[in-house]
Amino acid sequence: MPKITYIENNGKSHTVEVDKGLTVMEGAVQNNIPGIDADCGGSMACATCHVYVKEEWYNRINGKSEGEDDMLDQAYDPNKFSRLSCQISVTDEIDGLVVDLPKKQ
Amino acid sequence: MIKTDALIIGAGPTGLFTAHQLNIIGLKCEVVDNLDKIGGQCIELYPDKPIYDIPAVPECTGEELTKNLINQLKPFDVKFHLKERVDEVKNEKGQWHVKTNNGTTFSTPNVIIAGGVGSFEPRKFTPKECEQYEGKSIFYSIKDKNIFKDKTVSIFGGGDSALDWAVELSTNSKVNLIHRREEFRGAQSTLDKVYELEKEGRINLFTKYQLKIPKGNGKLDSIDIQHENKEVKNLKTDYVLGFFGLIMQLGPIANWGLNLNKKTIDVDTEKFETNQKGIYAVGDICSYPGKLKLILSGFHEGALAARACFKLARPNEKYRFEFTTSSSSILKRLGKKSD
Repeated sequence: MPKITYIENNGKSHTVEVDKGLTVMEGAVQNNIPGIDADCGGSMACATCHVYVKEEWYNRINGKSEGEDDMLDQAYDPNKFSRLSCQISVTDEIDGLVVDLPKKQ
Repeated sequence: MIKTDALIIGAGPTGLFTAHQLNIIGLKCEVVDNLDKIGGQCIELYPDKPIYDIPAVPECTGEELTKNLINQLKPFDVKFHLKERVDEVKNEKGQWHVKTNNGTTFSTPNVIIAGGVGSFEPRKFTPKECEQYEGKSIFYSIKDKNIFKDKTVSIFGGGDSALDWAVELSTNSKVNLIHRREEFRGAQSTLDKVYELEKEGRINLFTKYQLKIPKGNGKLDSIDIQHENKEVKNLKTDYVLGFFGLIMQLGPIANWGLNLNKKTIDVDTEKFETNQKGIYAVGDICSYPGKLKLILSGFHEGALAARACFKLARPNEKYRFEFTTSSSSILKRLGKKSD
């Protein structure tokens, strides 16, 4: 099972195994990782599952969905490594992915 | 103080159908919502997105669903208090005294929380320093556009609100429009207008910039904006407007002594009552074993909570279950003739 590491804004790191086929957002919610709200449940309507993908991983995950950047405009403190974690699919290729969580959603 | 049989917090689909169910059984209710329109998430987040799992409605948009629910309430006198957020809920001798941020007060035996994921609040700027200017020089909505006349206004955002206001205010103000990327998501026609005004020198456009820090001594004087490549620019400005959409916050509900579970409220599945007698929670905001966050579940929960309200609103009467197809008293409430 692919391992994903979520690093909270205070530096606390959580590495969990996430089933293939889920999203990085679902991996966080199912493992009770604080810092990902996912208010809309993954329908790309709220920008509360915002993460910063580590630079070395940014081009190795699936690309942005149509409309994802529009939602990211509304995220808290976005930068060029910002993604909505509900739009990142978990596959074997991203085993070891590291994402940083923003200060708040 | 407004007296009512039940107060509903939240005018989304669940709140609307709960109002219907209360009126069907002869109870009066009022509805409070922080948004400026009826419909909740259906209207604010996905008015145009089709929904496929409303029973007997194969396909409808969030806006259509809302319209139909409002139509269904037409026979009844339901008062809506929009753009108001419930701040306080206190128990006074068995009645709930409820107060909104607008100062409206209610006295009611029943409070039904149909608040979704909480109330919609504007998303704010990231730098903490912005707080001291909020409501004075930094705004997230516009109440009186006249204050911007002959002033410099810096508008942040990439959607319709930011573009519309940039165009509108450029007539009488010096406008800076700042957005974090090159692409805007607002209507193309407005965007064309913005580019045209930029050429005419009436709007200054800064893309790939975000607000770094507001500057001033008590009164806002200028802002530093930072490019994606870290370069910093200082802009003289009198006002700053931020249009970053809305976020849902549980807000004051967290202070009402209810048993919370993450951002949801624990209820029983008989009355959908919380740990406080006479306070119910229905729809996405309630939590119980097996809870599904579907609109149809909200309808069921609202129907049961409405029946539970009857006992506290009419302590000397006995509730009798009746069908809309056959009950003469229900038909009368609906304004229909019975056979």
